[in-house]
Amino acid sequence: MHMADALLSPAVGGAMWAGSLGTIIYCAKKLREKMDERLIPLMGVLGAFIFAGQMINFTIPMTGSSGHIGGGMLLAILLGPYAAFLVIASVLTVQALFFADGGLLALGANIWNLGIYPCFIGYPLIYRFIVRPNASPSRITFAAILGVVIGLQLGALSVVLETILSGITELPLNTFLMLMQPIHLAIGLIEGFATAGIVIYVRTLRPDIVDDLEGVKSLASGVSLKKVLVTMGILAVITGGAFSWFASTHPDGLEWAIEKIYGKPELPEKQNPVKENLAKLQEKTAILPDYSLPSKAGKEGEEPTPSWPAVDPGTSLSGLVGGIMVLMLVVLFGIGIKLARKHKEQL
Amino acid sequence: MTFDLEFFNLGYLDTLSNKDTLVHRIDPRIKIIVSFIFILFVVSFHKYEISSLMPFFLYPVFLLTAGDIPFKAIAKKVLFVSPFALFIGIFNPLFDTQVITSPFGIPVSGGWLSFLSIIIKFVLTVSTAILLIAVTSFPGICEALERMKCPKLFVIQLLFLYRYLFVLLDVALRMMRAREARSFGGRGKEIRTFIRLISVLLIRSVERAERIYLAMLSRGFRGEIRVLRSLRLRPFDIVFAAGSITMFYLLRNYDIVDLVGAALERVLR
Repeated sequence: MHMADALLSPAVGGAMWAGSLGTIIYCAKKLREKMDERLIPLMGVLGAFIFAGQMINFTIPMTGSSGHIGGGMLLAILLGPYAAFLVIASVLTVQALFFADGGLLALGANIWNLGIYPCFIGYPLIYRFIVRPNASPSRITFAAILGVVIGLQLGALSVVLETILSGITELPLNTFLMLMQPIHLAIGLIEGFATAGIVIYVRTLRPDIVDDLEGVKSLASGVSLKKVLVTMGILAVITGGAFSWFASTHPDGLEWAIEKIYGKPELPEKQNPVKENLAKLQEKTAILPDYSLPSKAGKEGEEPTPSWPAVDPGTSLSGLVGGIMVLMLVVLFGIGIKLARKHKEQL
Repeated sequence: MTFDLEFFNLGYLDTLSNKDTLVHRIDPRIKIIVSFIFILFVVSFHKYEISSLMPFFLYPVFLLTAGDIPFKAIAKKVLFVSPFALFIGIFNPLFDTQVITSPFGIPVSGGWLSFLSIIIKFVLTVSTAILLIAVTSFPGICEALERMKCPKLFVIQLLFLYRYLFVLLDVALRMMRAREARSFGGRGKEIRTFIRLISVLLIRSVERAERIYLAMLSRGFRGEIRVLRSLRLRPFDIVFAAGSITMFYLLRNYDIVDLVGAALERVLR
């Protein structure tokens, strides 16, 4: 359920980035306050472990298809929420770069969706609440499944909300929820079961790994956690607000599309030097003597505001032809650079 | 076996990032910032936009060709990646059926336009992300992040993760081979076996971390990791950044495609 750049608007993507980055900074600060040096190599290697572990697949019961573990909850159990959050963020960063899972803008949303919920809700509020020292295996299983399921449900819900808010999809909210939530319920059940199995198995061999390491996982007295959540909430609202304000003063994305659809406010008659120069250049080249440069603002003047289905210059015939042309030019540009490189190498 | 493919692909991108070309030499900070701004510009187009996105292919094509990256490697990755965006996008034609345009007399609904737009945005953003890592070494990216005030602990985490990624992938690869050599068909892949396999991998990883910690201690580790700083901004970096961002801005605000298209029509007539 990796979010993708193509489904996000700049405002939503930016807000999620701000939230995730804020949490990364907060977690790093929290860890630094009470640093256990052993944690540095352990975090790194466990990040690599999650990566390697995701390559090992298993057959999902009753379906015959194969799946792999996500590992967010497992990391939180092993490392505590702050360290686990940094590890999840690092794994997602490497995945975004090397496997292009999602993309760079969506990375902020992905860290949020897959990191915040297991680390700051599923583990401290659910798993730790149910599992006490020397808990029975069935208790661990119950806690892990419940924690993972709730974490994943919230993650899936976030994906839905982020997509809907970005306004790219036409899926109605209800249908979208019906698509996402049940699938992630099933995934959560399996992931929770596997997580519990791993915790129980590792506990018999190396109890020190999964039982509370004094100092390392000291976390989550309810107070500091509440503080985290409140701070995060405020941060998200502020950045979201700031971004959408920014987006509306410089009409972008959604706003821009809406303006385009319903006709657009006249731009102030300020002369744009770039536009002017371009216009001059165009007069000189004179391929299109009287075709005014279609700056997206200037066009309105010469055409009677057309009814909406007909407008979109991007989809008109000249847009289509132009698009193909430009694409060909880009390819030529690429070939040109390639040839230049070869030429240089031969010299 | 897809596992081997993925594994070597990872190493392959790493190899590519060690080339020495014009693009590879640009400061990683600049490349990260410009790529990010590029993506912001691309996703800022409204959902029916198609043709105005075309000129934006310039940027990935520039990285690809000037960075001497094989086209096939990138194309394969872009086609291979998780289809979540496409899965969500394919619903658009079902829900948005209003006919918006009819080029050559073929009616096209808004849903298909927005679906196509999602695909194009997807290709642009995903290929840029992969190309960024193909023309920038991962340690370079980490240093850039550190210099851009990213928490040091997180940067160290990325460096550690990357260093042991290849080691642990190798271990996991051997475990998978062993499992496959000892089982037939779908057997050996039950969740029960999986839990034991991955538990063993986990314990081995933790023990490795403990050994690494001891090794670090014996080499004088006192809780502080120093990161080599070698980045220096050069004039070309600034020119590259300013040039690309200006170009994105112009492409975003002036409909170059429409202009070219109209010119072509005029010439043909």
